[in-house]
This record gives sequence, C-alpha cells and structure tokens, in this order.
Amino acid sequence: MKGRVLVVDDDTALAEMLGIVLRGEGFEPSFVADGDKALAAFRETKPDLVLLDLMLPGRDGIEVCRLIRAESGVPIVMLTAKSDTVDVVVGLESGADDYIVKPFKPKELVARIRARLRRSEEPAPEQLAIGDLVIDVAGHSVKRDGASIALTPLEFDLLVALARKPWQVFTREVLLEQVWGYRHAADTRLVNVHVQRLRSKVEKDPERPEIVVTVRGVGYKAGPS
Amino acid sequence: MSRDSAASAPGQPGTRAGRPVGRKATGSRWGQFVEVGLLQGGVQGSPVLRLLMRWVRRPLLPVMRLWRRNIQLKVVVTTLLMSLGVVLLLGFVVIGQVRNGLLDAKVKASQSQATGGFTVARQEADSAAGAGGEDRSGPDDNPVQNVSGWMSSLVQSLSSGGQGAFSVVTLSTTSTDNNSRGLGPRASGFVEWSLSVPEDLRERVGEGTGAAQSYTRIFYNNGQESQPGLIIGTQVNDPNGDPYQLYYLFPLTQEEKSLSLVKGTLATAGLFVVVLLGAIAWLVVRQVVTPVRMAAGIAERLSAGRLQERMKVTGEDDIARLGEAFNKMAQNLQLKIQQLEDLSRMQRRFVSDVSHELRTPLTTVRMAADVIHDARVDFDPMTARSAELLADQLDRFETLLADLLEISRFDAGAAALEAEPIDLREVVRRVVSGAEPLAERKGTHVRVVGDQQPVVAEADARRVERVLRNLVVNAVEHGEGKDVVVKLAAAGGAVAVAVRDYGVGLKPGEATRVFSRFWRADPARARTTGGTGLGLSIALEDARLHGGWLQAWGEPGGGSQFRLTLPRTADEPLRGSPIPLEPKDSRRNRGLNDAGLPLGGTQKLATVPAQPAGERAVPPMPALAPRVAGAVDPAALPGNGARVVPRPTTEPRGQAGPPGEAPAEDGRVTGEKSDQLKQGEESRGR
Repeated sequence: MKGRVLVVDDDTALAEMLGIVLRGEGFEPSFVADGDKALAAFRETKPDLVLLDLMLPGRDGIEVCRLIRAESGVPIVMLTAKSDTVDVVVGLESGADDYIVKPFKPKELVARIRARLRRSEEPAPEQLAIGDLVIDVAGHSVKRDGASIALTPLEFDLLVALARKPWQVFTREVLLEQVWGYRHAADTRLVNVHVQRLRSKVEKDPERPEIVVTVRGVGYKAGPS
Repeated sequence: MSRDSAASAPGQPGTRAGRPVGRKATGSRWGQFVEVGLLQGGVQGSPVLRLLMRWVRRPLLPVMRLWRRNIQLKVVVTTLLMSLGVVLLLGFVVIGQVRNGLLDAKVKASQSQATGGFTVARQEADSAAGAGGEDRSGPDDNPVQNVSGWMSSLVQSLSSGGQGAFSVVTLSTTSTDNNSRGLGPRASGFVEWSLSVPEDLRERVGEGTGAAQSYTRIFYNNGQESQPGLIIGTQVNDPNGDPYQLYYLFPLTQEEKSLSLVKGTLATAGLFVVVLLGAIAWLVVRQVVTPVRMAAGIAERLSAGRLQERMKVTGEDDIARLGEAFNKMAQNLQLKIQQLEDLSRMQRRFVSDVSHELRTPLTTVRMAADVIHDARVDFDPMTARSAELLADQLDRFETLLADLLEISRFDAGAAALEAEPIDLREVVRRVVSGAEPLAERKGTHVRVVGDQQPVVAEADARRVERVLRNLVVNAVEHGEGKDVVVKLAAAGGAVAVAVRDYGVGLKPGEATRVFSRFWRADPARARTTGGTGLGLSIALEDARLHGGWLQAWGEPGGGSQFRLTLPRTADEPLRGSPIPLEPKDSRRNRGLNDAGLPLGGTQKLATVPAQPAGERAVPPMPALAPRVAGAVDPAALPGNGARVVPRPTTEPRGQAGPPGEAPAEDGRVTGEKSDQLKQGEESRGR
C-alpha cells in the first residue's frame, strides 16, 4: 500500500512524535532535518507525500517546496506556525497542496494526509471536456489539441471536480470539501491560490479565464465547452 | 464708531471692501439701517425684511468667503482703503492751502483796488456836490438828471480803470424811491447785477458799516458765461448826499483754473499713489504669503503620509527660518514615524517568532498527549484521568495561545481584512450548525429570524464567522437552556446580525465591560465553561477592522442581545443599524420592571445601550450615564455602556500597502463621508 511519507522538519522531538503517529496509522515515515538535504532525500525515498515544515535551517521550506514541485507532482502538505495570510499564500503559491497550522491534533494531520492520498484509489475510466480541454480521468492527463498539460494531482482533481458538473457553480467551501476533503469549512485561500495556479497552466490568457470562470460573490464554475 | 464695529463683525467683513469711505460721512438713518442690517444680518424686524436681507446677502456670500480665506486680498483691500483715506485727506489739505494762497493775493489786490475806487467815488461825489452847489441856479434844478448822469459817468470812469479786470455796479439803497427819481442801478461790463450781487451782501452793505465782501458768481447779460468772482461793496453818498451802494466785482476765473489744475494733478497723483500702493501691498504680501501657502500645502501632504516632502529654503530671512524650522519638524516627524514603524515591525516579527517557537513544542506535546489519551483505557484510573485532564487542558492552552496571538496581531496592526461580498445567511447557517452540539447539550434551541432574503455585505467571511460563532456560543452558554434568537437584517448601507438570549443577562455597566480582555461576568463563578476571556475582545477587533460596530445590551435576568453591524460595502461609514440594540421584547419595552411585574413609578434599566446617531432614540433614562457624546464615539468613553466602534485610522486595511499612507487617506475619506453623522467633529476639525 502506498504510504511513504517524507517528513522534513528540523525539530527532532516533533519529527519523532510525527513518526510515532504516522507509524501508528500505518504509514512509512522517513525523516530529513535539513532543507539542503531535503531534495536528495526526496529523490532517494520517492515518497507518496511530503510533510514539510516551513521554517528550516539551510534552505527554507518555501524553497524546498518549489524544488520538489519542479520535478514532481507529489502531494505536499506544509506544517506552519504562521497562519497569517501572507505566509500561507506564499507557501501555497510555491506549490504546496495543503497546509496545517501548528499546533494540530494527530487525527487532523492523518485526515489531511489520507485526503491527499485518497485519490490514488482506482478511478473509473472517464473522458471529460472543459472548454477546449480533454480530460482523461483514469489516465490522469489533460490535453489541448493533442498536446498534454502537466498538472499536479491536486490541480487535476480541482479541474475534474469542475468539469464533472459544468452546470454547477462551486462555492469555495464545496470545493474545499470535494477536492481537499475538509469536512468543515476552512481556509478559502487554499482554493483561491490553487485556482490561480491552475489557471496559469490551463488558460490561454490567465487574465481572462475561459476554463475556470469566477462567479462573483459565489465561487467558480467550468467554462462553456 | 458703532457702525465700524458692526461692520467688522465676524463673518461679515467682506462687504466693507466695496464701500466708499466717503459714504461714511452721510450717516443717514437709511445708511445705518443698511449697514447694520445688511452687514450683520441682524434685522429683528419683519420676516419680509429678513427675506430681503437674505436675498441681498446671498450674492455677497462668495465674496465674504474669499475675504475670509484670502489674506492677500484682505491686506491689499485694507491698504487700498487706508491709502485712499490718506490721499483724500492730504488732497483736501493741499487744495485748501493752495486755494488760500491763490485767493489771499487776489483778495488783497482786489480790496486795495476797491478801496481806491471807493475813495475816488467819494471824492467825485464831494467835488460834484461842491461844483453842483456853485453851478446850481435853483435848489430843484433837475438834480435827478444831474445825479443820474454823474452816476453813469462815475461807473464809466471807475470801470475803465480796470480794463476789464473788474466790473462796477451801483445800486441805490432805496430802490423804489430812487426809481421814481430815475436813479436806477448801473453796471459796467454787461453785468447782470440782480443775479450777481447776493441779497445778504446787499443787506450787509445797506447797514453802512463799511466795506463788505463775498464770493459769488458773476452773470452777464450779453451771453457771456457766468464765472466765479469776488464782490466787494460799500455804501457811498452821491452828490445829493443820498446813499447808494457801490460794488466792485472781480472775476476769479484765472484762480479757479489754477485751482482745478492743482486738483486734477492731485487727483491723478492720488489715484496713482493708491493704485501703486495696492500693487506694492500685493507684491509684498505675496512674498510672505507664497511661502506660507507652500508650507500649508506641504503640511497637508505630510499629514497625508508623504513624509519626504520638504520646503524649499532660500536666503536667511524669517521666511527661510520658517522653512528651516518646518523642515526640521518634518524631519523629526519622519524619524519618529520611522522608529514607530520599525518598532511595530519588530513587534510583529517578535509575535510571529514567538508564535513559531511556542507552537512547535506545543505540537509535540499535543500529539503526545493525544497518543496517551487514546491509550488511556489501558491505564489505571488515576493515570487515565490524568491523561484526560492533560488533553483537555492542552485544548484550552491552545485556544488561549491562539487568541493571545490573534489579539497581539490586532495590537500590532498586522491584521488585514480580506473583504469580499458574502451572504451573511450562509455564515449564520454554518455557525448555528456548528453550535448545534453545544445547544443540544444545553437544551437550547437556536432560531434564525430574517433569513428570507439575502443579507450580503463586503466582509471577511473568516472573521465574521469567528465573531458570530463567539456570540452564538456565548448566548447558548449563558442562555440557561432558553431559546437563542439570531436575527438578520439589512437596511440602508448596513447589515446587522443580533444574537438574543434570555439567560442571566447583564448587570448595569457590564455591557461595556464584556468586551474587556479576560473579563468574566462573575469572578466567583467556577470557570466551567471554556473560553479564554478573549473571545469578545477579538470579536470587537474584528468588527472594528470591518469599520463595523459590535454592541451589547442586557438586563439582569432578562437576557442580553449582542449586535454586529457591518457596512454593506467596505470603506463606507456606518450611520445606523437595521436592528435596534435593545430588543422589542425587553422588559422596559414591554413595560415590566426587573422582577417581571408591570412597571411602576421609577424606571430603571440595567444597562444603557447607547445607539449610534440616526437610530430611533430611547426615552431618557434618569440616574444613568448620559449618552450625548457617546452616541458618536463611545470607544473614547469607556463605561457609558456602549461600544460603537469607529473605523480605526491607524490600522492598515490593505494587505501590502505601506503603513501610514493608506490609513491616512482612509481616515480622510471616512471623515468626509460621515459629515452628517459627526457635525460636532466637523466643526472642531475646521
């Protein structure tokens, strides 16, 4: 079963505790304490998910996040002590899929990790169209005019969620629940940042989006096919 | 000088500018009425007059305004008026002097001429009388004919000596008698004697006391134009011994010409002097006013946050000193603001660091505690209970830490508003469903009223939800199992959510103190309910960040109501709330007293909920804090029972804007917009 988690954290006590909890939940954690060594450890262990502390010695978490994202779409969950807008947005923009603010409960952490790994369950073969994009859900590919567009799993999930119900306007809360797996409403900034990231990849002109359309005051919907 | 003081009454000086100085001499009653009434606007008479005055004054208002605001105009006009006065005075004096000088010589010459003439006339009369006495054959030998002829020749000879420089007129004293004797008036040089010789002079000469003189106009009967002249006359006897009047008339045309030349010169010179003085005053004042205006403009820009603005300093005069002092002040101001900004940044940084440093170990402890807690079934009862306590208190510790950090973020001005249009019904629904487990435990039913229509406002959903969650949870916890009503409303430029409970309520004065940090309604009461004591403080800050209000009302035993009012669009000042702070079903509104019995003589209310201006007024409440100033800005007056939260001007509302710039602009806009609300403040500010 997929369950390898790379924990990038310089606080040894916290890392050990995370290890205890993750092992208790059936994951296989591996650890790295230094930002400079994080990328090498990532390449070595090929984890299914990265738990990344934002404040690290050497390279900071944002930088590490960017480097990992540059070569992989593996889910990244940030651990942050700062819930301030700027910190969170910077973290999300650097490529993290989700974040957890310290201090968190073990159950909360595990729920988030499971939500990120959940998508690896076998999807049914399905073809979707949104705008001029063709989505192969099972093959995890998005193509425009035959040329494929690389998306992270989370961005893919977001796009699929919108494409499945093109007639529906999704509020940020609904998207949080469907894509991120939050049961209660949480930080809608997650949605905003990821929609921006998605648009920068799939839109011809991100300034005038046609695929992911904003419905002012409500949320987002898929553009007309 | 009562009219002067009236004219310079404050607010009315403008009209004086256009009034000629000379007019002041003509102090007729109408003039007084116009000046006092028009300039002071204090006509107590009929309304028609007052209307008239207003109608007359209206076009003058812009002028008055300009007068009040423009020191240059004031100085120039004053200089013009004063120099005009001086020039006029000087002109009168000079003209008087010149006239006297010119006339004195002429008068002296004329007098000697006339005296000579009079002497000649007397001598002629004497000699004629002597000759007549000898020649006369009889006493009645045609004396009239004789005298008449003599008189004509006398006039002829007298006037011929002057060669037109003067004329001679003779009049007999008793004209009627003399007429019968054929002795009529005689005049040389075509002088119209009846017009030229003034009546009063004739009377004076007729008294026979000697020579008399007067100024007159000399008229002619040959079509020649009349001219000013000096007339000297005396009474002389004719050869018969009958008195007659002899007048010398000296034309003063030459002198008048000289005088008008002098007058013209003086007037031209005076006009030039006045105009030049005005121009000089304008230039001089400009020299002083320009730097002052520059300073004012720069001060305005400084206060708008452009701290690098400086005055241009040239030379070493007083203006330059002003500029230097001003620049020094700006420099120091900038330095201080910089220091404060640095301090604030450090504070924020510190909070952020502490947050991180504290949270990491707390996370470990938290997780460890949870692991232990989950495994407590395997422990002995004492250890198991300890594990429970550990987990519970860690929860509390966590909330407390989070709240503390949130408060310190507000204090550091680091809180940023992320406003977007949200439907408050959604937020309320989430909050109510979130509070459902607690409500069930307490046996309370939470009802939502007024959610038929969308209640949309530009707000930060996260913060609004936090505020409302706090209010609803508080209401449920203190509601003693009775219903909690959440009411929504939108009206005007505001939306409001009121949370009403029917629990223990609030004692007098507590409506303010509930928002204090770590305040508890009853210190003796066990802290069974969680809560950090910071919830309402944070809620208040959240409301303030939106430019909204968070207010409390309550009565002991009658429950309480907390009302959150938010502007419909960010940056719009609040004028009132769609929901009255005191609910309709309060005891006082139902006419019941504290014990729930019908209200007797004395009215007593638990708290004094001050309401924002513009809302329906509550009847006066004796023996409790007055709500005058508090209605507008009670945040400055703790203890008056109200929390009206004005938009803070020191907190940056944009996410990334440089501190100091945005708030200043924001504050200005707010101030302008809320003119009607804060008239008192306006008058203070200007």
